[in-house]
Amino acid sequence: MDIATHVFSALYQFGDAFAFLVLSACGLAVIFGMMGVINLAHGEFIMCGAYVTAATVHAGLPLPLGILAGTLVSALVGVVVELAVIRHLYDRPLDTIVATWGLSLIATQGTLIMVGSTMAGVGTPFGSFQVGDYSYSIYRIVLFCAALGVLAALYALFNWTRFGVLARATIQVPHMAAALGVDTRLIYSLTFACGAGLAGLAGGLYAPTMTLVPTMGATFIMEAFVTVVIGGADVFLGTAPAGGVLAVVKSAMTSWQGQLFGQIGLLVAVIIVVRVLPKGISGFVLRERT
Amino acid sequence: MRGFLSLFRHLEGPQTAGRGPAFWSLFSLVLVAACAYPLFSDGYTVGNTVYFFVWVFIALSLCLIWGYGGSLSFGQTAFFGIAGYGYGVLTINFGSAYGFTLVALVLAIAIAALFALLLGYFMFFGRIAGVFLGIVTLAVTLMLERFMAQTAGPEWHIGSARLNGFNGMSAMPPLTIPWPGEPLVLFADIGLYYVVLGLLVLVYLGLRILMNSAFGNVIVAIRENPERAEMLGYDIRKYQLITFVIGAALAGLSGVLYTVWGQYITPSSMGMTAAALPLIWVAVGGRSDLTSTLIGTLAVLAAFQALTIYGSQYALVFMGVLLVLTVLIAPNGLVLGTMNWLGRFAARFTQRAG
Repeated sequence: MDIATHVFSALYQFGDAFAFLVLSACGLAVIFGMMGVINLAHGEFIMCGAYVTAATVHAGLPLPLGILAGTLVSALVGVVVELAVIRHLYDRPLDTIVATWGLSLIATQGTLIMVGSTMAGVGTPFGSFQVGDYSYSIYRIVLFCAALGVLAALYALFNWTRFGVLARATIQVPHMAAALGVDTRLIYSLTFACGAGLAGLAGGLYAPTMTLVPTMGATFIMEAFVTVVIGGADVFLGTAPAGGVLAVVKSAMTSWQGQLFGQIGLLVAVIIVVRVLPKGISGFVLRERT
Repeated sequence: MRGFLSLFRHLEGPQTAGRGPAFWSLFSLVLVAACAYPLFSDGYTVGNTVYFFVWVFIALSLCLIWGYGGSLSFGQTAFFGIAGYGYGVLTINFGSAYGFTLVALVLAIAIAALFALLLGYFMFFGRIAGVFLGIVTLAVTLMLERFMAQTAGPEWHIGSARLNGFNGMSAMPPLTIPWPGEPLVLFADIGLYYVVLGLLVLVYLGLRILMNSAFGNVIVAIRENPERAEMLGYDIRKYQLITFVIGAALAGLSGVLYTVWGQYITPSSMGMTAAALPLIWVAVGGRSDLTSTLIGTLAVLAAFQALTIYGSQYALVFMGVLLVLTVLIAPNGLVLGTMNWLGRFAARFTQRAG
C-alpha cells in the first residue's frame, strides 16, 4: 500500500458520501428553498422512485430507462400531492410538516400492504475494478458523476430557462411575480414536481445498491435533512458545499469507527453548525447581499 | 398560605378551555368514575387503560411544546426512550429494594430533562425555529433509534444491564413502594392504575396552573409573535428552553411509566412510527388546549387499538389519513372544535334562558 492508493481510497469514499448526500438532499432542498415547505414524505418519494425503477427493470426495460420511469412517476405523484394537500397549506409551514408526515405514514404502510415486506432488487451494474488491495464498484463512480450532473442540470434549469427565471422571481417576491402575470400556483406545482422527481431519481439511482423495503426512505431522510439544514435555503450555495463538508465528516468518521459513527458525526456537525450559522451555509454566504 | 391558595385561581384562565362550576362538576364526576372504574372491571382491561394513560403524558408534553409554545418537536419520543432505558439500566443495576424504583423514576426523568437542556441550548440559543426545529429533533430521535438498535453485542452494557440491540431491554423490576411489613409491588393492573391516575390528575392540573400563570402567558405570546415578545423584554430563548425541558421531563415520565407497565423498552419506541403517533393524537385532539389533547389522545388510542384488532395492517394507513384530513379540514383539532362549538351553544342557550 503506497500513499496513492490511500489517497484514492479516501477520495473514493468522499465521492460516495458526497453523491449520497447531494442526491438524497437536492429534491428536498429545491422544495424547501423555493417554497419554504419541508417535505417529510421525501423519503417515500425516494422509495417510490426505487420501486418503479425495480418494477420496470423486472419488466424488461434497461436500467437507465427504468430510472427515468421512476423519476417521472415520482414527479407525477408529486403533482397530485401538491394539488391535493400542499397547495392548501402554504401559509402554514408547520402544518405542512405534519401533513406530509401523515402522507409518509400512508405511503410506507400502503406499500407494505400492497407490495409486501420486500421487493426483488436490481443487480448493481458495471462490476468493479482493483486499486491496490481493494476493489471498488464502478457504479459508485457513476453515482458521483450523476450527483455532479444533477447539480449542473439544476443550475442550468434555474439560470438559463424561462421556468427558472419565473421560479426565482416567485421565490423572491411572490405577489409581485403574480402581479406581473406569473401563474405562481403553476410555478409552485412544477417546483414541487421537480423536487419529487429528483427524489425519485435518487431512489432510482440507488435502487441497484440497496434492499428494497417500504421503510427504505428512512435511510435517506436523515442525511437529506441534515444536508438541507446545514446548507440553508439555496441549492447551489448551500446544498452543494454542505454536501462537500458533510461528506468529509461522514467518510472520515465512517472509515475511523464504522457507519453508525459516520451518522453520529453528521448529527453532531449539524447541531454545532446550527448553533454557529443558524441560516446555514447559504445564509452565511448571502448575508452581505441581503 | 395565601400564595398557595392563589395558585388555584390559575386553574382556569384564558389559556385553557373549560371554566366555571359546570366544567369542574363534570371534571369531578369523571374523576370519581375513573376512581371507581377498577371495581367494575377485570385486571386485564384496567392494565390496558393504564397503557392508554401512560401515553397521555407524552401527548401533554407535545401539547405544551407545540400547541402552546409553537415549536414543533419530534424529539418527544427520544426523551421517552432515554428515560425508559434510564429506568431499565438503573433498576437492573441497583434492584428495587428500599424504594429505589421511585428514585430511579426520578433519576430517569432527570436524565431525559438534562439531555433536553443540552439539545435545547444548542437549538434555542442558536435561534432555530419553525421547520428547522422539527428536523433537528427528528434527526436526533432517528439517530438514537439507530444507535440503540445496533447495541446487540455483549460489549454494549451499562453495569450489569445489557442493552440488547433491537430486541430491547426487558425484565426490569416494576415500581415498588416501600411499606412497613411487605413492600407494595405495582404490577400493570389496579395498583399501577391508581398511581398513574393520580400522576395524571396532578400533571393535568399542574399544567393548567402553569399555562394560566404569567409564565404560560409569555409562552403563548412567543407562539403568537416571537419578535413582539422579545421587544417587550422577555428573553424568549430562556422561556422556550424551560418549556422544552418541562416537556422533555413529561415525555420522560411517559417513558418510565411505559417501561414499568410492560417491563420492556425497545429502540422502535423511538422510531419514525413511534414519533408520529403522539403527533397524531395531539393534532387530532386539538393541540392548543390541554383538555382537548387529553380527550383526543384517549379517543384516538382507543380507536387505534380497535382498528388494530380488526384490520391490523390498515390501522396505520387510517391514522395517516386521519392526520392529513385533520390538518386540512380542522387545523385546530376535532375535539377542540367540538368543545368550542358546545361552549358557544351553551352560551347561546343560557343567554336565551336568562
